[in-house]
Amino acid sequence: MPDQLIFAMEVFLNGLMAGVLYALVALGFVLIYKASGIFNYAQGVMALFAAMTLVGIMNGQVPFAHLINATFGTHVYTFGWTVPAFLAIILTMGVMVLLAWAVQRFVMRHLVGQEPIILFMATIGLAYFLEGVADLMWGSEIKTLDVGLPQGINTWLDEVTFEIFGYGFFIDNLDIFASIIAALLVAALVAFSQYTKQGRAMRAVADDHQAALSVGISLNFIWIMVWSVAGFVALVAGIVWGTKSGVQFSLSLIALKALPVLMLGGFTSIPGAIVGGLIIGVGEKLFEFAVGPLVGGATENWFAYVLALIFLVFRPQGLFGEKIIERV
Amino acid sequence: MNKKLATLALSALMAAGPAMADLVFPSLSYRTGPYAAGGIPFADGYADYFTLLNERDGGIGGVPAKVIECETGYNTEKGVECYESTKGEGALVYQPLSTGITYQLIPKTTADDIPMHTMGYGRTSAKNGKVFSHTFNYPANYWDGASGAINYLLDENGGDLSGKKIALVYHNSAYGKEPIRTLEELSKKHGYELVALPVDHPGQEQKSQWLQIRRDRPDYVLMWGWGVMNQVAIQEAANIRFPMENFIGIWWSGAEHDVMPAGAAADGYKALTFHNVGSDFPLYDDLKKYVVDAGKAAGAGDQVGTVLYNRGLYAAMLAAEAAKKAQEISGKADITGADMRAGMEALEMTEEKMAELGLPNFGPAFTVTCENHGGNGMVGVTQWDADTKTWSLISDFKPTDAEVIGALIEEDSAAYAAENNIEPRCN
Repeated sequence: MPDQLIFAMEVFLNGLMAGVLYALVALGFVLIYKASGIFNYAQGVMALFAAMTLVGIMNGQVPFAHLINATFGTHVYTFGWTVPAFLAIILTMGVMVLLAWAVQRFVMRHLVGQEPIILFMATIGLAYFLEGVADLMWGSEIKTLDVGLPQGINTWLDEVTFEIFGYGFFIDNLDIFASIIAALLVAALVAFSQYTKQGRAMRAVADDHQAALSVGISLNFIWIMVWSVAGFVALVAGIVWGTKSGVQFSLSLIALKALPVLMLGGFTSIPGAIVGGLIIGVGEKLFEFAVGPLVGGATENWFAYVLALIFLVFRPQGLFGEKIIERV
Repeated sequence: MNKKLATLALSALMAAGPAMADLVFPSLSYRTGPYAAGGIPFADGYADYFTLLNERDGGIGGVPAKVIECETGYNTEKGVECYESTKGEGALVYQPLSTGITYQLIPKTTADDIPMHTMGYGRTSAKNGKVFSHTFNYPANYWDGASGAINYLLDENGGDLSGKKIALVYHNSAYGKEPIRTLEELSKKHGYELVALPVDHPGQEQKSQWLQIRRDRPDYVLMWGWGVMNQVAIQEAANIRFPMENFIGIWWSGAEHDVMPAGAAADGYKALTFHNVGSDFPLYDDLKKYVVDAGKAAGAGDQVGTVLYNRGLYAAMLAAEAAKKAQEISGKADITGADMRAGMEALEMTEEKMAELGLPNFGPAFTVTCENHGGNGMVGVTQWDADTKTWSLISDFKPTDAEVIGALIEEDSAAYAAENNIEPRCN
């Protein structure tokens, strides 16, 4: 088999893995949009906030330490203990639920019935506010996140592919674990929305707020629940991306990777986010592999959007999105 | 009675003579935002050195130093706002800490007669003092960095790089592209093959670049990275099992926070530098006594001795030494920006002077002249030890290829002079 074809296969597999990582971020957007029609600009910052909170709890860091020390003249930075990863994840999830409640109580509740653009603007404000709070709460230094996820080349795949092709493929163990986590997450989300009372209520709210209210579904409760689930998805994305690069403020920019995925997969479909992620991941990696060297490289960022735009032209609602039909 | 009191007060004022204003050193810092991890230690080191001078020596030449900090968030527009809002305070020298801000401030500082020091960043050809009268980039610039890396690899390979393949992983921006021309010129001279691999901002996803490195198997990888790009690149290099000792970053890719996220896998990674690392210098004893233990350290006081803290401290030390020179030249303690510029242009840093300051072998010896605002371009190499979590200087500060770099600087600065109708000076 020609070398270039073997290399392309390796790039294809890595594109799939990268796509799963993009989809992890996109899922949070889909959940909130599906249930409330809000494009949550703050989803990337939520991933950052969740990851910073997780590391802070694991390291026994005192939240708002700089503020406390500046106010009271103390020098307290840590509690002097560390928290196991599993417990820290649960505690962080508690913080994300609190955040969901606060967003609903202090922002979204006051904007019910407003134009989508107003709600979008509110999430922009929320993003910057949350970024500032995260900075004040946990500090802006880069933090190492280790919840036990493996990293590095998968030697089994390397050896097997070497046996077959005479060239060992590189697949990162972290990407394999991220794919498993994403698959479990999607299965759990689908099961939740299909088979639980709260999930059905969520779908009812998504279909028609007024009708859902008329049958006794609490909009407040559903929205808090949706923002909490989006917070959980943000935490998962934050863990995976934070493990790769350390937890730092650039983590919020992973949202940029989710946008073409959403354009392609549709804003309302959980499977769409996954399939969209895979197409974007594979598309941008193969394009960089084949065309990148001819045009000076660094094509991935813009090519992902070109790919998404091409799909948009032919299917504006995205691959799996619901077709918008407005009757006069 | 009132008349007596008024006469007494007036006599006291006259006896005291004119009040000395502080020597103002604005600090365009970035303690917030995506790059704060790099901005905080530099700003702390910069502020702490002046605090030390005030507490231990009563300032510079008897005049207290005053650091005015302005938050830029590493944003060019905010950086320019900071400049405009602080220049009227009697600013002596600006350290913009961003290539973008530097480019905006070159004409402004020249018009306002305030010097600017862009140490290891900014516009490389500003080394040519004949064209850039108010911009200084001693002791080293990006092209020195590129040449320093190649010189180090020449040393490693018995002076011969022919047939070797060197990959450059760079931030796909003006900053990241800085070394390409120099490396291309040097490749013609030394016979190595250069493969340039751009990484788009911010650099969280670099799988394509590292897969290519794995396929192409370059002998060495150089990196011009910034922010999250550094951490991801080091992790990806570890993932593909690229030998860390063959991976060399520019000085903005060689701080503790760049290597820590990769843990033990980052062991052996190297970075270029133009100053020493760690805190094993006599000055740090004074720093501890007069600043840290006295509770007067900037920020949380937890950055002392880190790579970027040392860089901030080094920048402050060079500014203070230039201010002393300016006081000497002008014959007055209360200097202006114009005096400071003259002081910077006459700055000479020798090993003896560094040792006297409590910083022996902390940086290279260099001389600044009217023609040469970039010093001697000496570059060293540091290496990360993941076990002890420390950087060590593993080479001397060595000269770079003045022949190749000098020609490029002449070319670039001549183009700038032509564009801006600048008549070369220093005749």
